[in-house]
Amino acid sequence: MKLITAIIRERQLDKVREALIEADIKRITVSRVSGHGQQRVEEMYRGQIIVPDLIPKVKIEIAVNEEFVKITVDTILLAARTNGPEGSVGDGKIFITPLEECIRIRTGERGGSAI
Amino acid sequence: MKIISKKSLFLLVLFFSATSGLYAADGVAIDSGATAWMLTSTALVLLMVPGLALFYGGLVRTKNVLGTIMHSFIAMGIISLLWVIVGYSMSFGSNVLGGWFGWNPDYFFLKGIDTSIMSAGIPEYVFSMFQGKFAIITPALIAGAIAERVSFKAYCFFIALWSVLVYNPLCHWVWASDGFLFNIGAKGAIDFAGGTVVHISAGVSGLIAALYLGARRGYPYQVIRPNNMVLVMLGAGLLWVGWFGFNAGSSISSGLSTAQALVATQVAAAAGAITWILIEAFHQGKATALGFASGILAGLVAVTPAAGVVQPYGGVILGVLASIICYMAIQLKNKLGYDDSLDAFGIHGVGGIVGALLLVFFVRPSWMSEAATAAGGSWSVWNQLGIQALAVGIAVVYAAVMTFGIIYLLNKFVPFKSTEEEEMAGLDKSYHGERGYGMLNAN
Repeated sequence: MKLITAIIRERQLDKVREALIEADIKRITVSRVSGHGQQRVEEMYRGQIIVPDLIPKVKIEIAVNEEFVKITVDTILLAARTNGPEGSVGDGKIFITPLEECIRIRTGERGGSAI
Repeated sequence: MKIISKKSLFLLVLFFSATSGLYAADGVAIDSGATAWMLTSTALVLLMVPGLALFYGGLVRTKNVLGTIMHSFIAMGIISLLWVIVGYSMSFGSNVLGGWFGWNPDYFFLKGIDTSIMSAGIPEYVFSMFQGKFAIITPALIAGAIAERVSFKAYCFFIALWSVLVYNPLCHWVWASDGFLFNIGAKGAIDFAGGTVVHISAGVSGLIAALYLGARRGYPYQVIRPNNMVLVMLGAGLLWVGWFGFNAGSSISSGLSTAQALVATQVAAAAGAITWILIEAFHQGKATALGFASGILAGLVAVTPAAGVVQPYGGVILGVLASIICYMAIQLKNKLGYDDSLDAFGIHGVGGIVGALLLVFFVRPSWMSEAATAAGGSWSVWNQLGIQALAVGIAVVYAAVMTFGIIYLLNKFVPFKSTEEEEMAGLDKSYHGERGYGMLNAN
């Protein structure tokens, strides 16, 4: 089991969600986050150029069994990229971490079948 | 049509001899009571615009809250200026171009009414500003049908053109002393405070615009929820309060007819709201806050054309019927699948038509007997219903055709619909570079 954590652009959320659902990956957790990355945004506000110190992003967390890791990652890669296939700075990152255990609260069942 | 126009010509002469001084009387004493109430009403109607901004703003998704609020606020800017330059003149000047709209050089930039006191005893400035607020809120209502997917720039051009080409002519026909709908039949088409001029025209135009633009991305499969119901309820409350200026102010006086309109307005809103949540409770099992707000609006919209001529029981029945029919209209919309995002047509278009037609069954007997006298003998409810249906039909067809024409031509110069990227990023970021909640951090 793996936990896939993707940090993506806010505005790509709809696309990523639609693509994931299309790929039959329907159990996801989404939260609003903000942070620093390589991306440096300059925004014009009230005639002044400002550089926001924390850039808003969306974090998607998906727990999957091994055989779904590739399809999940590929789907996110494709849907979260902006500016065509080459992408652009700020499109985000994907982290994959080993998942020690997964327990369904309702039944108490453990492991791969609980995902 | 022939017979009607002959009759109306005669009435026109009658009317002119009676009220020719109405819009340009000098040397009339100011009625401070009436003026004070009309100033208050003017402010109340303006209050409805931020009310509408909150109502619509709360109903959209977080990424569109400011863009949607701006749809109402920008109307306060654009239409206020247009109204002073040409709007008042086109609406309340004398017939030109065969009565298509009015014109009076004195009203250009309002330069000729600096000292004008109307025969109602109020400065003409007050009347022109009061009417100007109606011109502001009407195009802002349309924004509800095309929310979350319209380019800000195109919207600005659209409301400017729509106000000049649709609102001003309709306002002239229905409310100017020489407008043809004002003089049709025995005592004119009944539109006390803007059922046809404001609500039907905005609702129908919204429907056309929504159909032209197509649905939002993901509609109807993706659930699109309101970002802030608290704003929605605040907005609906402000609209209800402001509606007293809208309806009771439309008596252009401070007296008996003002009080009559005020009572009809209050009971229609209450009846509409209660009816809506009762329907919901039976149909869906829960009475929602949004349902209550929708019912308030349906009732208020339906009583708008009727406020001056119906008694309280009529207001109650109109409110009840408006909620029932608007509720069904929205169910039908969900079945048909077109994206009238915030139900501008479902509430304002349908509610306005309900009010404008059904009001004839509740008209005060005194009004009917005056109409009978004016018609030279008898004037039945059915005669008046014919007149109302004609006025509604004209408003629907005119608004629909002109709106389609405006959008079709405008779209050739400024793309009307947001691009997919703009829509996904949200109107706030795409057009205003701001966020509704927290400037920098989404949390």
